[in-house]
Amino acid sequence: MTDTQLNAPTIVPHDGTDAEARPVFAEERRVLGVAVSSWPGIIAPIVIGILALALWEAVVRLKEIPPYILPGPILIAQTLYSDWGTLSVSLLITLRITFAALIAAVTVGVALAVIFTQSRWLEKSLFPYAVVLQVTPIVSIAPLIIIWVNDINLSLLICAWIVAFFPILSNTILGLNSADHNLINLFQLYRASRWQQLWHLRLPAALPYFLGGLKISGGLALIGAVVAEFVAGTGGSASGLAYRILESGYQLRIPRMFAALVLISGSGIAIFLATSAIAHYALRHWHESAVKREN
Amino acid sequence: MGVAARSAADASHGGSPLVLIRNVSKQFANGTLAIRGVDLDLADGEFVSILGPSGCGKSTLLRIIAGLGAPSAGSVDWPTSAHSAEGEAEPDLGFVFQDPTLMPWANALKNVMLPLTLAHVGKAEAQARATEMLALVGLKGFERSYPRELSGGMKMRVSIARALVTRPKILLMDEPFAALDEITRHKLNDDLLDLWWRHRFTGVFVTHSVFESVYLSQRIVVMAARPGRVMADVKNAAPYPRDALFRTSAEYAQLCREASGILKAAIAQ
Repeated sequence: MTDTQLNAPTIVPHDGTDAEARPVFAEERRVLGVAVSSWPGIIAPIVIGILALALWEAVVRLKEIPPYILPGPILIAQTLYSDWGTLSVSLLITLRITFAALIAAVTVGVALAVIFTQSRWLEKSLFPYAVVLQVTPIVSIAPLIIIWVNDINLSLLICAWIVAFFPILSNTILGLNSADHNLINLFQLYRASRWQQLWHLRLPAALPYFLGGLKISGGLALIGAVVAEFVAGTGGSASGLAYRILESGYQLRIPRMFAALVLISGSGIAIFLATSAIAHYALRHWHESAVKREN
Repeated sequence: MGVAARSAADASHGGSPLVLIRNVSKQFANGTLAIRGVDLDLADGEFVSILGPSGCGKSTLLRIIAGLGAPSAGSVDWPTSAHSAEGEAEPDLGFVFQDPTLMPWANALKNVMLPLTLAHVGKAEAQARATEMLALVGLKGFERSYPRELSGGMKMRVSIARALVTRPKILLMDEPFAALDEITRHKLNDDLLDLWWRHRFTGVFVTHSVFESVYLSQRIVVMAARPGRVMADVKNAAPYPRDALFRTSAEYAQLCREASGILKAAIAQ
């Protein structure tokens, strides 16, 4: 069902069923699939971005700043193009670790959350250690993990996972515990099994919370992957984007360093947009966060 | 409605005891005595209102009848209902909460199907029965609507449809229409009576409205607060169908006066 069908005037019986009192949802004309009122929110930051890049380029040219101090955006774009062969390989490596870590975070986070909500004792005894894992700065334990785990890719994955999994765990626990108590009573009334209660009630109720956690974890997985790679440094055999940045720093190839940075930021933005889109799509029928009401 | 005129004798259908509440008390963990020594019999097929000021334990009593929380003392017996292997009664009941209590992620049809899904009824059959039930509560055409697309009255109708979809012997309602406007409430009262008449379930309706209780029921059980206890059991022999005319009748006025008097005395204590 698309948003336009929400207001579909099915049958509005004038018979006191209270059907006339249904809420009215904001309905808008769409251009290229995006509501008209959303366009300024898309165009404005793009315009600001273009202006800032133009200013940056102008300053670099007028002040004749050498590229090894600050390259202009055009030079960065050129480098991105000319070095694409090396950079794209690095991008792929970093993204692979990021997504593997995110998938592991979702799997372990949700599984642990479900187990914790089934057993209060398990939650009480294990949750503090999840917190410990969360509050320990990843840079301080990354060297240990890299030493202990022989496979460098695996150690990077573990680091990124540690950073990414906590928001999913804590949000999902919160969500699983926030099912409407009357609905829980209703399930008890119908003698629903634990499994039925979990599947038909607690998991759907937890979905908005989980998706909120996913949005945070998506970015964190990328940060975790990059930070771990920095720690691993040139010692690592992997050559992700962080390694490219380090390498370019040593070689004073600053435009390439910026190009790698652009790719990291771009990935982060793409992950954010993707998780937001997933959240909107999954909640579009029912959650307040995904709907606009007419006042 | 299309139901032929019913006599007062008709109205007291059935009559065999369905629920026997004996000396039931409930004390919460914090020491509050919610209800004390409640004795109440509910006969098969009758419509009973439980009327009382807020805090008189009427919702607590309803929840105890439903099996959502055991009484601290006393017993609730279901002489005719099936019993589990452990000897526990498994009453065939529906429950309507004060709020519609719908699953926001499921459409009206899926919400009504829930009790059947939980009872492992096949999907096709559950769908057919839920569709039929939605039509009976006046929501034909809204099967695919999500709760947030429905008005307050419509959500309550979905909630009633869900409670009735298993065709329970008894329907327990906890101030279901308290949050609705008066016009919608009157309409829902009429529709509820119509459903009751057609399906012959036992209706237990908790309310704090004297008028609602008199309009709907055959018996008005008035409760007093602190601790919650039964003050009076008022009979209402007015015939069904009841309609707007009943609301202006002398009989209605007399019963409202009587129930209000008892309620006032209950509050004054």
